[in-house]
Order: sequence, then C-alpha cells, then structure tokens
Amino acid sequence: MAEYGPMVLRVCRAVVGPADAEDAWSETFLAALRAYPGLPGDARVEAWLVTIAHRKAIDAARAGARRPVAVGRIPESGRALTGGRAGDEGAAPPDAGRAGGTLRDSGQWDADLWAALKALPRRQREAVAYHYLAGLPYKEIAAVTGGTPEAARRAAADGIRSLRKSYTRRTREDERGERR
Amino acid sequence: MMKHTSDRDGEAWDGEELFAGLPVTDPGAQSRLHARLAADAEREGLLDIAYRTLPTPVGTLLLAATDRGLLRVAYDSARHGGHAAVLTELAERVSPRVLEAPQRLGGAVRQIEEYFEGRRTRFDLDLDLRLAKGFRREVIAQLPHIGYGATRSYAEVAAAAGSPRAVRAVGTACATNPLPVVVPCHRVVRSDGSAGQYVGGADAKKVLLGLEAAA
Repeated sequence: MAEYGPMVLRVCRAVVGPADAEDAWSETFLAALRAYPGLPGDARVEAWLVTIAHRKAIDAARAGARRPVAVGRIPESGRALTGGRAGDEGAAPPDAGRAGGTLRDSGQWDADLWAALKALPRRQREAVAYHYLAGLPYKEIAAVTGGTPEAARRAAADGIRSLRKSYTRRTREDERGERR
Repeated sequence: MMKHTSDRDGEAWDGEELFAGLPVTDPGAQSRLHARLAADAEREGLLDIAYRTLPTPVGTLLLAATDRGLLRVAYDSARHGGHAAVLTELAERVSPRVLEAPQRLGGAVRQIEEYFEGRRTRFDLDLDLRLAKGFRREVIAQLPHIGYGATRSYAEVAAAAGSPRAVRAVGTACATNPLPVVVPCHRVVRSDGSAGQYVGGADAKKVLLGLEAAA
C-alpha cells in the first residue's frame, strides 16, 4: 500500500477532483483489502488498483448526480447552469467541495490543473490519468474503461492536447498577473 | 534540462510537465488516509496484521499482531533486509492484509517499555505462535519458563523440550524465534556461560542479560 498509495491518490485527484479524491482513495483501498485473494496471479497491481478506483469513481459520480449539491451562492456566470444536460454531466463529479466552502483537499495541488481536467470529457480525463499518472499501457486502459486500445490512445492524446492548451494558457495568464 | 531525448519519451515528458501541479507524494494526505484506512479495515475485520515500530535500547523493534495476539517482534537487521523484509514475509506467510495500525499493539508496547525500564519481569500478552512450527515451536513454548534474570544452556533447553540431543536445533529455534525479547531466547546461552549468538546480534543479547542482571 505504501508503494501504490501515492499513485492512486494522484489518479483519484485527477479523475474525481479535490472534493471526492480522498473518499475515492479510501474506498479503493478498502475494496482492495476486501478483494485481496481475488487478485489474479498474473495481474499487475497498478492495473488492478486502477480498475477498482475506476469503479469507485463511477459509483461516486452516480451518487453525486443523485445527491443535491449544496451551492453556497449562485454562480456568477450562467455557464454552470446551462453548460450541459444532466445526462452529459452525470458522470462528472459535482464540485461539491468548492461549493460548500470547505475543501478538505485544499492547497495540496494546483486548482487550475483540476479546473482544466474537469473541463475534459470524462473518457479523456480517465485515459490521461490512467496513462500518465498510473503508467498503464493503452491495452490495460481499454480493459478498465471498455472500448479499444486505439480509442484509449486517442482519448489520452486528445485529453493531453486540450490540457496543454487550457492549462498552460491559465498558467501563463497567472504568471503575467503576478508580474503586473 | 530535458530528461528525455527520444521521440517516444516525448509523450511521457508532456505528462510529467503538465502534472507537475499534482504532487507525486503528499505525506500529509497520505498519513491522514492511512489512519482512516486502518480504522475502516479494523472495523470491517479486514486488518489481518497490524504493525508498528518501537524504539528501544536494543534498536527499533517491529511489532506485529493478528487478532489472536502478538505475532512477530523483529530487530531491524540490515543483513536480513530490515523491517521491510519482515513485513514482506508476513504478507506472504500469513496474509497480505498488513497495515501500520498502532492501536492493536498498545498492550505490547506498554509491557515492552516497562520491561526496558526494569519495571516488568514477565510478559502477559496473547501470543500468536503460528510462525513457529514443529520442534521449533516446542522450544519457543519452553523459553518463557526460564525466569527473568536466569539463563539456561542450549543443552538444558533441548532436554526440557524432550530431545536432549537436539542441541543444534535449539540454536536454530532461538535464531528463528518470531518473538524475541517477549519470548526470552536471549536467556539461552552457551554451556561455558558466555552469551553466544543472538537473533538481534550479540551486543543486544548482552544488553538484555545485563538489564535483567541489574534489576
């Protein structure tokens, strides 16, 4: 666990965001403990843990979609209200931590990075996290998420391209802001 | 400075650069999550082996317990791969559900601390002896009968275990004692009275015998 804990936390943070990452991590390792004898002898631990984390993230997203999100104040722009139908956004976790004003996972990592990740379609966010943070090859990612390895590769490539655009732009704007 | 030069690695490089804002390790979060997992696992009966370390006058000891009792006390022997090797062995031999969870070791810690302070002459702990098999286990079961401050020779212990000729096997049993300090293999010495070898090193044996002699 000491070996894989940090990697799984990075994956959880990137896939479900700061508000739900620690719950996802805890549920992943608890499920892993429960399932331990079930690890197939030839399976790689990374892929196995990511598979569990993936299912937990889906469960959390479904629960999140059902549960009413406490919104502290009306969002300033109307975008959040009109940005997508429930069906599209159901898979994305609600930004509950921020809305509630208490962010347990706050300050530990770059909020702009999460904003950029959150803007990605879920498939891309998962492919990027599983490939770049967990180090899974596309074939294993396809086994986790469904679809073909080629689709996983495309999702990761598209995701990284979008991230580079949106995230590095934000970073540059920040730097300019600081210099001002 | 670019760490990667080949085209293929350029892809991984992109990832590293982008995710620099997401720390590879986060000790604060990790320790918070660990404590939460240990508590959840204990509550759900998923914590087969709880362990912690304890600094003592003979070095840092690893203590591990199952729900049956204290399973393992281990010196941090660099020659044998240290505590990490012990934990790996426990995961393979007993259960891979191993977590650092100090709560379960509270009683053992208190008694071992009292022992090193000279305030305790016998341990009153549940022991899980599953790591000692066969004749070795017979020997381990004999050792607590050697009182605090006393010593026995390997030959005497062999006789007490019912196999007077198994002197070397007693030596092996002591060398592989899964519960040193608590099960007092340090009280088994050479017939000439010299301390002899010890699973925690000859110096640790002298410290323990000196502690008991002084009390």
